[in-house]
Amino acid sequence: MTLQAPGFWPPTGPEIVFLLLGVVALGSALLVVTTRQLVHAALWLVVCFGALAGGYLVLTAEFVAWVQVLIYVGAVVVLLLFGIMLTRAPIGRSADLDSGNRWAAALVALATAAVLVTVVVSGFRTAYAPLDPGQGAAKPLGSSIFRTWVLPFEALSVLLLAALVGAIVLSRTDIQGRK
Amino acid sequence: MNNPGPTLSDFGHDPLWISIIKAVAIFVFLMLGVLFGVWTERKLISRMQHRYGPNRAGKFGLLQSVADGLKMGLKEDLMPRTVDKVIYFLAPVVIAVPAFLAFSVIPFGPMVWMFGHKTPLQLTDLPVAVLLVLATASIGVYGIVLAGWGSRSPYAILGGLRSSAQVVSYEIAMGLSFVAVFLKAGTLSTSEIVAKQAGGGTWDIFGMHIPTPSWYVFSLIPSFLIYAVTMLGETNRVPFDLPEGEGELVGGFHTEYSSSLKFAMFMLAEYVNVFTVSAMAITLFLGGWRAPWPISLWDGANTGWWPMLWFFAKLALAFAFFVWVRASLPRVRYDQLMAFGWKVLIPLNLGWILLAATLQALRLPESNRNGILAFGAVVVIAGLGIWLRFDTVNQRRREARAAEVEEEFEQLREEPAAGGFPVPPLDLPHYHGVVPSARAPKEEVTSGSN
Repeated sequence: MTLQAPGFWPPTGPEIVFLLLGVVALGSALLVVTTRQLVHAALWLVVCFGALAGGYLVLTAEFVAWVQVLIYVGAVVVLLLFGIMLTRAPIGRSADLDSGNRWAAALVALATAAVLVTVVVSGFRTAYAPLDPGQGAAKPLGSSIFRTWVLPFEALSVLLLAALVGAIVLSRTDIQGRK
Repeated sequence: MNNPGPTLSDFGHDPLWISIIKAVAIFVFLMLGVLFGVWTERKLISRMQHRYGPNRAGKFGLLQSVADGLKMGLKEDLMPRTVDKVIYFLAPVVIAVPAFLAFSVIPFGPMVWMFGHKTPLQLTDLPVAVLLVLATASIGVYGIVLAGWGSRSPYAILGGLRSSAQVVSYEIAMGLSFVAVFLKAGTLSTSEIVAKQAGGGTWDIFGMHIPTPSWYVFSLIPSFLIYAVTMLGETNRVPFDLPEGEGELVGGFHTEYSSSLKFAMFMLAEYVNVFTVSAMAITLFLGGWRAPWPISLWDGANTGWWPMLWFFAKLALAFAFFVWVRASLPRVRYDQLMAFGWKVLIPLNLGWILLAATLQALRLPESNRNGILAFGAVVVIAGLGIWLRFDTVNQRRREARAAEVEEEFEQLREEPAAGGFPVPPLDLPHYHGVVPSARAPKEEVTSGSN
C-alpha cells in the first residue's frame, strides 16, 4: 500500500468500464423502486446484481463475481420471483405499489449512501491497490477468510443459522406456543 | 505417456482469430450435436420400446431433425394477445444463450498445433471455471420462469413455479457434489482438474504396489452418484421433467410457445444443457479428455488431436445414459422430488463432504492422526446415538400414520366421494371466457385465486 496512487485524469480503460457499470447498477436500482410492474422490478434487480458482478470482475475479484451471479442472480431473485408468482403474479401496472412513507425511505437511503461514501472516501482516499490478476481467485480469498477473518465469518454463520431456525419456527404451524 | 495437459498459465496467449475459430467450432459442434442428438435419442428410445422411430427423412431418418427445424422456421409465429410481450420474447433467448456460454470452459484436449500456434483445445479457462458453469446454469432458470410467467396461462405458470423451486434446490445439491472434487484437486479450474486426474497414486499393501485408478469417479463415487441424479434434475429431464410434465401441465412452461422458432430455442437449450452437464461430469469425474484404461496404455493416446475422440465418445455415452434413464423411469411426483432433493441428496452430500475432508486431512504429512481419529469416533458415536433416538420417534410416527390411512380407507369405502384428492385451481378468472376488454381495466389477475 505504499504505491503512489496515479491521478484520476486521464481515466484508464478499467476505470471507464467500472464507472459505466456503476451507472448501470445505480440506474437499474432506481428502476427497481420506481417501476409500476412488480415482476419487472425483480428483473431490474437482476440487472443491478449483474452490474455489481461486472464491477467485481473489473476489480479482478473473479471468485466474488461468479458467486454473486450464482447466489444473488441465480438463487435469491429466483426465490423472490417464486414468492411473487406463488402469491400474486400481476401482468401490467399495479396501482398499489406506492408506499406512504416513500419520502422517509428515500431520505434514509440517501443518508446511508452519504455515510458510506464519506467513510470510503475519507478512509481510502490515498490507498491504492494494483489490480494484479489472480488476487481474487479462490485460494487467496479462502486463506484470508479462514485465517485472518475467521471469527467474523463464524459469527455471521451463527447469525444465519439463528435466522434459519427462526424461519422454520415461524412457518411451522404444528409447533405449539407456550400456553 | 502421462501428458498432464495445459495449465492455467497456458491460456490467454491466443491471437484473436484462433479464439474466434475455437468459439465458432464449439458453436457448430453444439448445433450439430443437437440436430443429431435429437435423432439419436428418438432412434435409441424407439429401439428400447420395440419400434422403428423416425425412418422417413433421409437414410435411417437422419434428416428428421433438419426437417423439424425447417418446419418450425416456416410455421406462423403466434403471439398470444395478453402476454407480456417483452418477456415472452426474451425468455427463449435467456434460456439459450447461457447454455452455450458454459461450454467455453470445457476442456476438449491437450495442447495442439493449430495453424502454427500451440494452443490448448479449450476456448478459455479461469481459476474459478466450475463456478462459471454453475452461474450460467442458474441464469438459464430465468428463461423457464419468465416463459411461465410471461405466457399468462395457468399451465405455464405452474410449470414455471415448479421449475424455479426444482432448479434452485437441485443446484445446491449439484454445487455440494463438486466440493469433494475441489478438495481433492485443490483447484476450481477445469483444465487443472483434468490434469490432476492424469495419474493415480499407488496403494502399498503387503509390499505390493497396486496402482489406484486416477479418475475421480472411483475415489469420489458418492459425489459422482449424487451428481448423476442432480444433473437429471438440473436439466429438467425424465424422471424430473415436472416443469413441462405433459401429462398434467400440457407443455408446462412452454405451453404457449406451441410453434415457431421460439419453441425450437427451448428444445435447443434443453439439449445443449444436457451436453453441458454431461461434459461437466466427464471433466470432473471421468477424466476429461483422457483416454480410458486399455487405450491409455498406448503412448500416443493422450497427445495431439486424439483426446477429442475420447471426449466425444464419453459425451455420446453420457447422452445415451440420459436416453436410457428416460426410457426406464416414470416421472416422480412433485413432493417426492422436493423431499428427495432436500432430505436425501443434500444431507448425504454434507456427510460425505465431512468424510472426504477428514480423509484428506489424514493424508497430510503434518496431521495429528490420533486426534483426528478420536474426534471422528466421537462424532460417529454421537451420530449413531442421535439416529437411534430419532429412529424410535419415526417408528412411532409411521405407525400412527399407517393407522390414520387405514381409518381413511375405511371411511372412503363407506362414501367414496369424501375427501378426495387436492387439485390445483385451474379455473382462473381469465380462463372463464371473460374477454379482457369486458373486465374492469385496472383489475389485477392473480394466480392461485378463484
